[in-house]
Amino acid sequence: MDFRSSESPASVEERPGPGPRSEDALPETAAAAVKVVIVGGFGVGKTTLVGSVSEIRPLTTEETMTQAGVGVDDTAGVERKSTTTVAMDFGRISINEELVLYLFGTPGQERFWFLWRGLFEGALGAVVLVDTRRLEVSFDVIGRLEERSVPFVVAVNTFPDAPAYPLDELRAALDLPDAVPLVECDARLRSSSRDVLMALMRYLQTLALTTEAS
Amino acid sequence: MNPADQGWDGGGPERLYVITGGRSGSSAPTALDLVTLIVAKSAPRPGMQPEQAAIIRICQRPLSVAEISAHLSLPVSVVTVLLSDLMADNRVFSRPPVPPAKLPDIALIEAVIDGLQKL
Repeated sequence: MDFRSSESPASVEERPGPGPRSEDALPETAAAAVKVVIVGGFGVGKTTLVGSVSEIRPLTTEETMTQAGVGVDDTAGVERKSTTTVAMDFGRISINEELVLYLFGTPGQERFWFLWRGLFEGALGAVVLVDTRRLEVSFDVIGRLEERSVPFVVAVNTFPDAPAYPLDELRAALDLPDAVPLVECDARLRSSSRDVLMALMRYLQTLALTTEAS
Repeated sequence: MNPADQGWDGGGPERLYVITGGRSGSSAPTALDLVTLIVAKSAPRPGMQPEQAAIIRICQRPLSVAEISAHLSLPVSVVTVLLSDLMADNRVFSRPPVPPAKLPDIALIEAVIDGLQKL
């Protein structure tokens, strides 16, 4: 996992320590940031999608989870406990001189939902990335997003060896309400990934206009 | 030289415990989001805790909490504690994420749409 700066120790004098490359620095005028969350199972292409539209090479932030309960002794001290590290990949798009959009990819499986706590607070919305070979992960994710009233669109990443289904069949299989956009994409392509984000924004626009009108 | 260079893997939970003085993110007084932009007010000073000095050094231009976490290989919860101290000492300031009510949602969304169209 290549999430730190790639410079060798030899470059220490020039630019000591880790940090963003100078060309990756945000403008001084960057005043506010918004986020969108990409949710899906392992190997569904979240990082690929993030990487194809991001202006920086995707970064990884890690969080540790202490395994509570199972086989853990009294944890009065700070002796070594059983911990799991979970990684979240993210990327960045500068929308204009002031506004920055961050894209976070997060695993959809239930055991990672603890990551969602701070992730969805204030998020504009979510993209559920789907692999037609493993639809079952998506059921839980969609249910969970609906529970939390997070607006989302569903994007089917078209893998060459995955069976192609008509979108209306997939919509029925996912039990997706008619109003929720369902699109196909190729996460490897910048334009296709951009279009997925655009579908989410158009949907949010519609929702906002509907709310305003009511 | 710089302990942050050894990365999170080199330290284990104990090291993080020491860095934060045993505090966790939940007790941090300041609400910091993953996408809160952080900007340093000055250069790092000699004698500062290395992790805090590293934050100040990489935040000479705005950088999100998530990016600080990634570049320094520290969990977000630890970065949050360090940032809270730096903010209390007036060494960095934050540009909070857009609260949903501040901008009309529709204007914000349209700004994002405009930006995406230029990609």
